[in-house]
Amino acid sequence: MLKVKALKSIPAHVLAILVSLVMFVPIYLLFVNSMKDDVQSRVMSVELPNSIHFENYSTVIEQGKLGTAFANSLIYATGATLLVVILSTAAAFVLSRNRSQRNRFLYFFITLGIAMPINYVTLTKVMQATFLINTVAGIIILYAATKIPFAVFLTYAFVESIPREIDEAAIIDGCSPVTLFFRIIFPLLTPAWVTTAILSFLDFWSEFIIPLYFLQSSTKWPMTLAVYNFFGRYESHWNLVSADIVLTILPVIIVYLMGQRYIVSGMTSGAVKG
Amino acid sequence: MKNKMYPFYFSVGAIVLYSLFMVVPGLMGFYLSFTDWNRYSSEIEFIGLQNFALIFSRQNYGHSISNTIIFTILTIVLKTVIALMLALLLTRGLKRFANFHRVIIYLPAILPMIVVGIVFRSILHPTTGVLNVFLRGVGLDFLAQRWLTDPQIALYSVIFVDTWKGIGFIMVILIAGLQVIPSEYYEAARIDGANEWDELWKITLPLLTPTLTVTTVLNLLYGLKVFDVVWVLTNGGPGYATETVYTMVFKEFSKGRYGVSTALSTLLFLVMTICGYWLINAMHSKELEA
Repeated sequence: MLKVKALKSIPAHVLAILVSLVMFVPIYLLFVNSMKDDVQSRVMSVELPNSIHFENYSTVIEQGKLGTAFANSLIYATGATLLVVILSTAAAFVLSRNRSQRNRFLYFFITLGIAMPINYVTLTKVMQATFLINTVAGIIILYAATKIPFAVFLTYAFVESIPREIDEAAIIDGCSPVTLFFRIIFPLLTPAWVTTAILSFLDFWSEFIIPLYFLQSSTKWPMTLAVYNFFGRYESHWNLVSADIVLTILPVIIVYLMGQRYIVSGMTSGAVKG
Repeated sequence: MKNKMYPFYFSVGAIVLYSLFMVVPGLMGFYLSFTDWNRYSSEIEFIGLQNFALIFSRQNYGHSISNTIIFTILTIVLKTVIALMLALLLTRGLKRFANFHRVIIYLPAILPMIVVGIVFRSILHPTTGVLNVFLRGVGLDFLAQRWLTDPQIALYSVIFVDTWKGIGFIMVILIAGLQVIPSEYYEAARIDGANEWDELWKITLPLLTPTLTVTTVLNLLYGLKVFDVVWVLTNGGPGYATETVYTMVFKEFSKGRYGVSTALSTLLFLVMTICGYWLINAMHSKELEA
């Protein structure tokens, strides 16, 4: 009986392996081709490298000025993640706890932003008026602004799971609202804000459109723009392009593998309610 | 008491940033799309519906709207159907290694689209690309196409790449949706003699409808905004074959024709915010039921 069951699941396993292969081929291609020499990487192919060339990585870091771009991406993604976590968690806490008519409207108003597309054209006027165009601060603030609706939405429901008695006890003990929030509520909301942080970081790292519109100087470009530009210049050097791309995706793959659990819970919260 | 314990200023930062950088530009668009705003003159004049007349009359703008609609509908259908099959495979088809496969299938979803696009430009290359080399290798030469340069095919190639990247995301949500369906329903159905086909249509799909609605809306919102994948794969070409609303917005913006660009953006803003309003309402009412 057990054997029959095991046999029956063979087609399912084969199918799953095939699908996983199809999903993995491009990543395999990148890693393999990033180590080939110039001749072998004229075109991208599934063949293994004839000889291993790790120096492609140092070449792209020097020629593509990737050090700067990597640092830029890291600053934008980290800065914006911190900003969105603090602002959204604080907002979600207050809006969820004190459901006055005004706050209920504000929550609705913010969550409407989940669907709202950005009007990049008129946004340039706002960016000029606030002196944020083509600045590091501008990019960080813009990134954060785009994620606030989703982050507030995600945290709002989570706040309900923390008993109100905790707040009351803390206030009676003489806590100010600020201490209450940072010392007690924020730690209790860790699963919520870690999820926000991971999902935001991944999105910010991949962001392409905002820098395309608002960063003129190439020294401020993040990895995505730098890689796109690099690809334009070295289109037939697939070893260099691949090495460049591997360096770009390594951080997101690491964050993804470490943050598995949080990503799934974040993606599915709201979408699925039992 | 409540205002004291939960001071309003806690929410001010989020509200200000969101309003200033998302809502205000959106609303400004409603006025500026009726003007001749451009890079070359500092004066902005009201020109009525001219920008909108241009959008709906000229071939290439019309193209960008119809392409966006085709892209959105096809990616919704493809991602939903394929992701549902994979979700069923990983929840009911097999138990062991399901988690491993889920991690791999979701992986492309977290990669930057720009990077995915660059890799697929190589894979889909007509003579040296891995796909055509493979097709010729197995004797299917007639299937080897000029994936990104044939105007008849390019849009579908873009849709294919986007689907490849997006399936994992939808699948993970559907898996979560499948896991909350009580197993008693299936056991009861078995006892009553139902086969797997009956189970799918009479239990799984009806109970998965709320989740499928959410994934559909997410796909819809994503599809209407599509930019990166088109930009890197075809840049809207060949000709206007793969132009979408957001690529057109950027091209007009680059040319300094801000008025037309804003009008297109505003159209999108209007459609999507209405969709969003509907979505949020639906989610709020769901919350009340729960």
